[in-house]
Amino acid sequence: MDQRIYKEQRNALPGPDDIARVKLDNGIIVLSRSNFNSPSLSIKGYFSSGSIFDPDEKLGLGYLTAAALMTGTANHDFQSMYNQIESIGARLGFSPGTLKTSFSAHSLSEDLQLMLELISESLRSPSFPQKEFHRLKNQMLTGLAIRAQDTVEMASLLFDQIIYAAHPYQRPDEGYPETVQTIQRDDLVNFYQETYGPEAMVIAIVGAVEPAQAVDAVREVLGDWKNENLRPLPEIPGQQALQESAKKTLSIPGKFQADIVMGSLAPERLSPDYHALRIGNNILGEFGMMGRLGERVREKEGLAYYVYSSLSLGTGPGAWEMIAGINPENIDKTIALITDEVRRFVNEPVTEEELLDNKSYFLGRMPLLLESNSGVAISLLNLERFKLGLDYFLEYPKHVQAVTADQILEASRKYLNPDALAIAVAGP
Amino acid sequence: MTNQTQFSTLPNGLTIHLKEIHTAPIISTWIWYKVGSRNEIPGKTGISHWVEHMQFKGTERFPSGYLDREISRTGGIWNAMTYLDWTTYFTTLPAHAANISLEMEADRMINSRFDVDEVERERTVIISEREGNENQPHFLLGEAVQEAAFARHPYKYEVIGLKDDLREITAEDLKSHYQKYYQPANAVLAIAGDFDSEKMLGKIEEHFNQIPQDNIESPEIQQELPLRGEKHVHVTGPGETSYVQIAYRAPSASAKDFLTLTVLDSLLTGPSSLNMFGAGGTSNKTSRLYRALVESEISVSCHGALQATRDPYLYGINLTVHPEHAPEDVLTAVNAEIVRLLETPVTQVEIDRAIKQAKALFAYSSENITNQAFWLGYTEMFDHYDWFENYVDNLSRVSPKEVMETARTYLSPDNRVVGFYTPQES
Repeated sequence: MDQRIYKEQRNALPGPDDIARVKLDNGIIVLSRSNFNSPSLSIKGYFSSGSIFDPDEKLGLGYLTAAALMTGTANHDFQSMYNQIESIGARLGFSPGTLKTSFSAHSLSEDLQLMLELISESLRSPSFPQKEFHRLKNQMLTGLAIRAQDTVEMASLLFDQIIYAAHPYQRPDEGYPETVQTIQRDDLVNFYQETYGPEAMVIAIVGAVEPAQAVDAVREVLGDWKNENLRPLPEIPGQQALQESAKKTLSIPGKFQADIVMGSLAPERLSPDYHALRIGNNILGEFGMMGRLGERVREKEGLAYYVYSSLSLGTGPGAWEMIAGINPENIDKTIALITDEVRRFVNEPVTEEELLDNKSYFLGRMPLLLESNSGVAISLLNLERFKLGLDYFLEYPKHVQAVTADQILEASRKYLNPDALAIAVAGP
Repeated sequence: MTNQTQFSTLPNGLTIHLKEIHTAPIISTWIWYKVGSRNEIPGKTGISHWVEHMQFKGTERFPSGYLDREISRTGGIWNAMTYLDWTTYFTTLPAHAANISLEMEADRMINSRFDVDEVERERTVIISEREGNENQPHFLLGEAVQEAAFARHPYKYEVIGLKDDLREITAEDLKSHYQKYYQPANAVLAIAGDFDSEKMLGKIEEHFNQIPQDNIESPEIQQELPLRGEKHVHVTGPGETSYVQIAYRAPSASAKDFLTLTVLDSLLTGPSSLNMFGAGGTSNKTSRLYRALVESEISVSCHGALQATRDPYLYGINLTVHPEHAPEDVLTAVNAEIVRLLETPVTQVEIDRAIKQAKALFAYSSENITNQAFWLGYTEMFDHYDWFENYVDNLSRVSPKEVMETARTYLSPDNRVVGFYTPQES
């Protein structure tokens, strides 16, 4: 491939000068930034549909609806839809979530128009063919049977049941075999009509295309989309933290390794504690070879191949998880070691050295995260979703630099309590 | 903006590939050693992967934990992978911080420690890694199929090694494996990113020239004999889902047939991304096996796996059986598709489609400097860098006739192992 025809451009951090942001008349927000270094592009977006709208007895409906969008449209059947995409080496897929459904595509930049047309078709005229629905449902049921055998997924599911007890977030987006069984094709049609629309939709296009051209291309295929019957997103309730530790275990006979997921609730993305918690979590279970947890459980004790912590902060109550895969004989010992590290973490401030190293990590990794088209597209969607502003990347170093060890301690104490942890274990 | 790739060799035999890319202030540095499970002897399976783990335990100059901290604080990433033919270590760092990579790789090429206590702690970590794999039915099935597919060649065993061997390997074993294969003449240093090639070469010489040249004495690897008839393996385990894996003996990546097999792979199961570092890719819903098996609800998924290797390895087809069918039904349907392929000539249109797909996959992988550096060294592990540069051109020259010949040579039942995984009866 001859890249010399593409003009030289060096990626600085995206900012107001080079991100185009346009709101179309029907509410769709289009974000675009060009990158002519490779003749390819990434298209990503989301809209407000998801499992939050699923009735309990049909949990998995939103998931199945999104998965069925490309199985047939007004203009294409399943095979002709995928023939268009695969013949040009492109990819397009829809991923259902709890509050939003996302889509993601990549292709050569010469195929932008076609990809947008296929996205638009899938969103605006899905026909949900009965035959494809039946097949998809069986595939999903097999997926759930495989999930039931997966120690990582089952531990994670149990963990959500503990921290999100009686909260909508305890429900897995893919549902359960008995709820998926009850879903019929008409349910998909109704779900689609009530929850798919342009309001609150965001699309980011990044790659070898001029931003103005990208915006026009989106307007052309989606600018006149309307849905006046959209159900508003329900209010997401808050959630009470545990008062004491709670444990759930699941036996999956015949397995060799057990997985542990333990931790607590976390705040939402827009919490003022955000930067302190991100840096704190990195120290606890991410930095280098999985932070303090990796040092203790893997390096010193040799107990686990993976042990790390992870912080998920979005809309509504988030989660702070510590995760380990270990031999079943070492379950109690590992839980005790992780609890011990959590205790130390909320009892004493992180060291000055840890703080500096981790700030440096967050600042240094920006060019790496923003190197590929898909990395930039994901970041642009996040800016929009949480109203962070187009100058966020330029302002970001200030926020990171301002975090102190005391702030990390104080913020962590609000959420992590070594005597009130949710502990989930799935294994043989 | 993308300069020519520069190739050179140091007096001690270290091969160097440099590619300047000035699109982002990033440098990705990879060092590749021609050692993997291919170089292992019975009783010591998994030793190459274990040496890779020990390379993170520090040296006298850079004690354990030091590098982890130095690299992580730059915001960069570092990791390593061991496979059949190779072991590789990479960093992708902000350009201003990239010097540490050269210092570190030169140091741990000769100075790694194999402390007995560290080896013991790592033993349980690696067994834990293996047990995590054992939780997955496709690992258990894949291991059994691989073992049945080879009688003599070390490709017989999974890279992670047999559990019994992992219990027995000693610090002394690890050290001698390391000393034997971690040599400049057995390594390729590939760097892509925001640097000046001449200056970079100077730095490389400064760090690596001092490492003496030594001879690599590898045990002779016995080439595999033909399979002489279809083999079957049957694994049972937990769960309610059955799986089928069909593995055909495949040519080495440098063989002419390999390229035609990539076309067959595209037709049958959708194009495999040969980039093991994951870049882009497309779905496979229009592939022949997807249409014949998944659309007709005999299986619920279908994936092909073709890998570029130094010696002939395997082309695998992995299928998850539909709950209302048996593994035998899946095999029958695959057989029918293979027969159809052998009986109906492949058209130029289908080959052109495979070429367009390959072009797109390469465009995605050049979006990112880490991926470009990956290709720079990876191809040397089974062929040469021109394999990558000429890939699309060579693909364009594949004729329908050659595709049919390759199909007849490789996709015969006599050339395959069929594996079934079925739920254990409770």
